[in-house]
Amino acid sequence: MLAYTLRRIGSAIPTLLFIITIAFFMMRLAPGGPFDRERQLPPEIEANILRAYNLDKPVYEQYFDYLINIMHGDFGPSYKYLDFTVTDLITTGFPVSLRLGMSAILLAIFVGVFAGTIAALKQNSVFDYMVMGTAMTGIAIPNFVMAPLLALIFGVYLSWLPVAGWGGGAIAYQVMPIITLALPQIAYVARLTRGSMVETMNSNFIRTARAKGLNERIVVIRHALKGGLLPVISYLGPATAEIITGSVVIEAIFDIPGIGRYFVNGALNRDYPVVMGVVIFFALLIITLNLVVDLIYGFLDPRVKVE
Amino acid sequence: MQKTLRCKLFQFRPLLFSALFFTLFFSQSALAGGDLRIASMGEPASLDPHKVSGTWESAVVGEMFVGLTAENIKAEPIPGVAESWTISEDGKTYTFKLRKSNWSDGTPFTANDFVYSMRRILLPETAAEYASLLYIIKGAEAVNTGKAKPETLAVKALDDLTLEIQLTGPAPYFLELLTHYTAYPVPRHVLEKYGKLWTKPGNMVVNGPYTLVDWVPNTNIKLTKNQEFWDAADVSIDNLTFYTQEDRTAVQKRFRAGEIDIALDFSSDQINWLRKNLPKETRIAPYMGVYYYPINTTKKPFTDLRVRKALAMAINREAIVDKVLKTGEIAAYSFVPPGMANYDKGAEVDWKDIPYPERIKQAKALLKEAGFGPDHPLEFTLRYNTSENHKRIAVAVASMWKQIGVKAELFNSEVKVHYADLKQGDFQVARAAWVADYNDAQNFLYLLETRTGANNYGRYSNANFDKLMLEAEGTADLKKRSELMRQAEAQAMADLPIIPIYHYVSKSLVSQKVKGFIDNPKNVHRCRYITLQ
Repeated sequence: MLAYTLRRIGSAIPTLLFIITIAFFMMRLAPGGPFDRERQLPPEIEANILRAYNLDKPVYEQYFDYLINIMHGDFGPSYKYLDFTVTDLITTGFPVSLRLGMSAILLAIFVGVFAGTIAALKQNSVFDYMVMGTAMTGIAIPNFVMAPLLALIFGVYLSWLPVAGWGGGAIAYQVMPIITLALPQIAYVARLTRGSMVETMNSNFIRTARAKGLNERIVVIRHALKGGLLPVISYLGPATAEIITGSVVIEAIFDIPGIGRYFVNGALNRDYPVVMGVVIFFALLIITLNLVVDLIYGFLDPRVKVE
Repeated sequence: MQKTLRCKLFQFRPLLFSALFFTLFFSQSALAGGDLRIASMGEPASLDPHKVSGTWESAVVGEMFVGLTAENIKAEPIPGVAESWTISEDGKTYTFKLRKSNWSDGTPFTANDFVYSMRRILLPETAAEYASLLYIIKGAEAVNTGKAKPETLAVKALDDLTLEIQLTGPAPYFLELLTHYTAYPVPRHVLEKYGKLWTKPGNMVVNGPYTLVDWVPNTNIKLTKNQEFWDAADVSIDNLTFYTQEDRTAVQKRFRAGEIDIALDFSSDQINWLRKNLPKETRIAPYMGVYYYPINTTKKPFTDLRVRKALAMAINREAIVDKVLKTGEIAAYSFVPPGMANYDKGAEVDWKDIPYPERIKQAKALLKEAGFGPDHPLEFTLRYNTSENHKRIAVAVASMWKQIGVKAELFNSEVKVHYADLKQGDFQVARAAWVADYNDAQNFLYLLETRTGANNYGRYSNANFDKLMLEAEGTADLKKRSELMRQAEAQAMADLPIIPIYHYVSKSLVSQKVKGFIDNPKNVHRCRYITLQ
């Protein structure tokens, strides 16, 4: 398994290099530059600024400089947040996004798997339709509708929770963002669990387990769930990567200092180093989480051998 | 039973008294000091005054630094670090007498701090975006373009508390310009110690009413009263928190929930709700900015005055401000907004008072003369940067132009692309706006000078206009200068290289407990004058 892990990590390096190259040149191909704005800068001042950020050099030279810098762990300064480096922004923002994201994912796993399993066991019952109906609504309502709605009800009208802000990470400030993040995930997880559990419950090894006279609870928890959760696990890999890297909508509405905004705003601002930094970070996360998913598969499904 | 209760209460009497005392004591002190929470509507790019460029940054940085002059409660220039000054007869040499004051770490403030700071912002290595604002100082442009050494800049410390600044020409707006963040002093001893990290909490040293406590990027910036500030005794609010959230609807909800005391903007589409539900909190005031459509005067058929004039005449500005925007904006028939300092009365277009239906008739006739008609309609692209309001205005304008047989295709692009293309002159008619850096008509009119370059989007070039502006620049007499600028504006309003659409208003939400927030055309509100009730 160690050899397998090392091999996977080894194969990640060319993937990463490919991603960096594509992102770097795509960013430069986009029209407009980081210093184009309403107030045009006098040419001398623009030249001063371009020189200060080495943007006056040919693009290929900038590319190689960038590769050398990131090998030294230097992701460069942000063009938009001048007092912070890209590393500063990611290291201060990521713990916040991670905290919210992990809470949301855990909530999604517990609620989603539970609701999905019950729905599968009571297939075509009222409970099943209720869970699946709610799940569809959860998927269908976009977060930019859900977030302001929650803020209006629980923040403005009921005054139970602060409308927005981070408050140094106090629980009260996290409730609404976590719920907004978790709702669609709960829905996806519930649907996936139900689908796969329905299938698993009809498979031969479950019939064997029942034939052995095992108690239904043990059949479901020990045997069916293990197989039934496989599609959920493979969904959770990339989903976790996506959620723990923040959401621009939720961060904007709830004023959360996460890293989600850097994906979108970095690109809009043509803040090249920030975009590159988050792309690399996101790619690394996806690669790692996919590896983790594959390793977990090995444990859950005896037919899969990780080697 | 009653007796026991009374006994118990009696036992607790000292506690009750002290609780009462503390409540009274703290409510009293809350009146005098208190914490003010402001939504500044944007994350500052930096807290280094030489590296910022936006109003949302000025709101924060302006609490931490004071220049030679400062703003009063109505944002008019008053003595800042300079206690008094004399101006030479030709209006070109200013001698400032500085007050005795300290940086927030107790280091004495000297005239050399200004010499260092003004050289620093102009050094090409500083890469300050706004350095050109100081080009009025003799030698500034040469230093900034790397053609001269910083020592040649005409800013000199005559002694520890006397500073002399020489200008290239008389600039009646100079004292006002000195309130701008480009002219703020920065602490040399701290910059040399910490380098780029000097703006971090703990390192930062300032000379204004408030000093930095904490900065969480994309969330908030906390400041506290600077006890070393010379006027600290008159500063009421103890702590300031700036929330940098940009989502206007979310900020409005926080304001309603009482989490924010002042929001420095709100979304225009909320105006009806706000007027109905928060009439006392909703503030709208004229603001020194203009929303306009530059026309590319180098491209046919826009080289033809008749075409430009027809387009300008066919826009019903009153309909745009009353029906589309609805937040009290002022229909614009001139480039310079009304009420600018050192400017008696701007020059408006001469067809302003012609009724709209008649204007449409004349516009049609002009287009016909220029060779356009039903079989050969005028077709072009109207560009705007992506935004709901710009779109609504563009749609309205295009439908007004349709009445005179013009087919305008709308084309939107994100802001970076939009302005990159405007800079290249790659447009026909486009959306643009200008908000003044300082309260003077010159700050608008210079945009139309040939020498201005990229900011003169439509590349308007008129010898008479340039001559008048150059003459105004060299004129110290305010009345004469104002008249020269008025003539220049009249020339531009006859040539119409730009179509003025409306003059801006500032929009804020201010809690009723906030006192000392006075509406003003610069929309600058320094917290040292604000108290909480």
